[in-house]
Amino acid sequence: MKTFVKKLLGVGITVGLVSGFTAIAGKTALAWEPVKPIQFVVMAGKGGGADKLARLIQSIIEKHKLSPKPVTPINKPGGSGAEALVYMKNHKDPDHAIMVTLNSFYTTPMRQPKLGVDPMTFAPIARMAEDTFVLWVHKDAGIKTVDEYVKAAKAAGNQWIMAGTGKASEDNLLADFLNAAYGLNMKYVPYKGGGKVAKQLAGKHANSTVNNPSEALGFYEAGTVVPLASFTDERLPMFKDTPTFKELGQDFVYYMQRSVVGAPGMSKDALAFYQGVFKKVYETTEWQTYIKKKSLQGELLQGDALASYWKRENEVHRKMLVKMGAIKG
Amino acid sequence: MELIGLLSDGFLVAFEPLNLGLIVLGVVVGLFVGAMPGLGSVNGVAILLPMTFLVPPASAIMFLAALYYGAMYGGAISSITLGIPGASTAVATTFDGRPLAMQGEADKALIAAALASFAGGTISIVLFTLFAPPLASVALDFGDPEIFALMILAFATFVGLSGDDIAKTVFSICIGMVMSAIGFDIISGEPRLVLFDLIGFQSKINFLVLAIGIYGIGEMMWTIEVSRGETMMSKVTVSVERVMGNLKIIWGTWKAWFMGSVLGFFVGILPAAGATPGSLMAYGVAKMTSREPQMFGKGAVEGVVAPEAANNAASTGSMLPMLTLGIPGSPTTAVLLGGMVIWGLQPGPRLFVTETDFVWGLIASLYAANLFAVIINIAFIPLFLWFLRTPFTILAPLIFVLSMVGGFASTERMFDVWLMLILGVGGYLMRKLDYPVAPAVLAIVLGPIAEPALRQSLLISSGDVMVFFNRPISGPIMIIALILLFMPAFQVVWRRIRGKKPMAG
Repeated sequence: MKTFVKKLLGVGITVGLVSGFTAIAGKTALAWEPVKPIQFVVMAGKGGGADKLARLIQSIIEKHKLSPKPVTPINKPGGSGAEALVYMKNHKDPDHAIMVTLNSFYTTPMRQPKLGVDPMTFAPIARMAEDTFVLWVHKDAGIKTVDEYVKAAKAAGNQWIMAGTGKASEDNLLADFLNAAYGLNMKYVPYKGGGKVAKQLAGKHANSTVNNPSEALGFYEAGTVVPLASFTDERLPMFKDTPTFKELGQDFVYYMQRSVVGAPGMSKDALAFYQGVFKKVYETTEWQTYIKKKSLQGELLQGDALASYWKRENEVHRKMLVKMGAIKG
Repeated sequence: MELIGLLSDGFLVAFEPLNLGLIVLGVVVGLFVGAMPGLGSVNGVAILLPMTFLVPPASAIMFLAALYYGAMYGGAISSITLGIPGASTAVATTFDGRPLAMQGEADKALIAAALASFAGGTISIVLFTLFAPPLASVALDFGDPEIFALMILAFATFVGLSGDDIAKTVFSICIGMVMSAIGFDIISGEPRLVLFDLIGFQSKINFLVLAIGIYGIGEMMWTIEVSRGETMMSKVTVSVERVMGNLKIIWGTWKAWFMGSVLGFFVGILPAAGATPGSLMAYGVAKMTSREPQMFGKGAVEGVVAPEAANNAASTGSMLPMLTLGIPGSPTTAVLLGGMVIWGLQPGPRLFVTETDFVWGLIASLYAANLFAVIINIAFIPLFLWFLRTPFTILAPLIFVLSMVGGFASTERMFDVWLMLILGVGGYLMRKLDYPVAPAVLAIVLGPIAEPALRQSLLISSGDVMVFFNRPISGPIMIIALILLFMPAFQVVWRRIRGKKPMAG
């Protein structure tokens, strides 16, 4: 009897130990988890476009407890993303460093080859959305269609002011496109941040902008600014009566990515963990509402699909910059 | 009257127990965040933003606005007691607050700062309540030429009537201008003045790094040299008589704080400006209109109340473009704006119509936050005075450590800590050679606003300088600025003419 109990006990202990061991082993083998706070690098100052996005994502992760360790935003605003990209490139612990990027992810390394940054080396965590661009004018200008716009801008010559965010930036590319496509001579004036650009138009200090819908939304709702056409494949749900440039016979669509990348050299397991986290972020109602409210487009892209998307976009941007004369071909 | 109805509804929202508790908590947290060198309201608001997901949006913004307010009060505390600006908005407060503390009048400076903050807050909230929507269109009318003219006016208030050596003042401004040009240039889209090819110079020099370097480290080295380690702060005793005397003196400076409040509010509502330029301009104007301008920089109470009233007024003012135009008036409101997006609110001209509960709750909470902030601040003053009794041999290393930590906290880059040390030595040398430091600080704050505005204006006008003179708002501002700027030259000529007259006659 005694031996039986002993045996039973022995079996029990062995089973317990084995199962416990496999549980531990299973955990380490299957799921990498961060062991310290995750640095969330932002290529903008506090309050900048990328910063707002990072803090929204941080809030969603914290609210739904999607990460065992906190995600802490760090601002590296220098040189239109240059400082952030170099910081990520030289990061000593790539498993705990992620970053929010926009299209300067492609253009900044091209314009500053000295940095030695190759965007293709970053870990493809997730493309969370694509922002869209729309051509805007002030309602007092009385312009309702692109045709009327072209007529007015032609008449004004280089006194027609197009305000945009930054030089050789997304807005600048679109202004150049409009000038070339319609034979215009608009003057492009760069400002810091889309909000300031929107204000220039609302205050009639500029004649037109190519703001993202989210940047112009407040003034649009108040009826101060009017959308003329969008640089998208399909009409935007928010502006059903506004045609696309494609419909008007100009084969031109342009989007700005809103992606999360990992530092170059991030391990496969860590990448898988972050892909899982951001898939969940994408699916939250908060993120879906944000996409809808800000008139964003684009599905979730991850891993190889994201990498090949980058490759394609990188070439598109290289060609555009060469055309603008910002870099040599 | 509709306004009163809306406001009293707002008060009902603000005085819900949860909201009231959050307002008091926000004020206390803000007070300490503001008083800690380097932290400041931007960092405080940014760090606590995700926490606000736990409460309804109206409560969240009340908490953050109270924090913003508290930080404006708190910033003055370290400016006065330690000589390090707790936040960039409190730099102008060190100019006279620190000398007052050195003369054993820290209590006077602290009470003056608290009461002026209260005055600035109250006056600006009343202006906000009465005129918010119409003022939004004023902010819209301010284009690049207007902003540039305003910046020139700010410079003029510092140069024109300064009793200091004018050549040295101009030199100091130039140094500041060069430093403000470091980093990414928005017009050309290229980095410039990347000194020694260091990646850290790809972004512009953070203002707090500079302010802590010059005022924390540079001034401390100067103090040690002058005092040879002997304590400089004379003991302060608090008595009813003394407090009454102080109150009387502070009341006597009503002109300075009243003007500071109004000026701060209007500068605050202009996008791009914010509380730091507002407080510096208020200081300049107070000096200009004072009967004893020579006392400024040596411990004038007016020099404390003007910037303190202005920075609180500007913080209210900068909420106006945030709410009505969706454009932040200051770095802190830029983060708040991000918060509004998180909470699902669309700032813009229609916010006052669609979200009345939110808007009027916020306005009412500003009244409440202002009241609590002044009470809590004054209650803490004996504690700060007690802290000042620490011997300087203990205080000096403490200030040094606080400066280091503060410099790191503001940007989280080691590069900035080294930069701060170098700037500190630079500030000390300027002081030693008798160069005024304040104009350089002013140039660093205003340079990044003035320069793009100048270049954008000239781009738009195709290089025609008349754009600054033939517009209805920028023209008069520019002319006043130029008159002030050349005032010293006029005075010299005037004196010559008058000096010659008796000889001729």
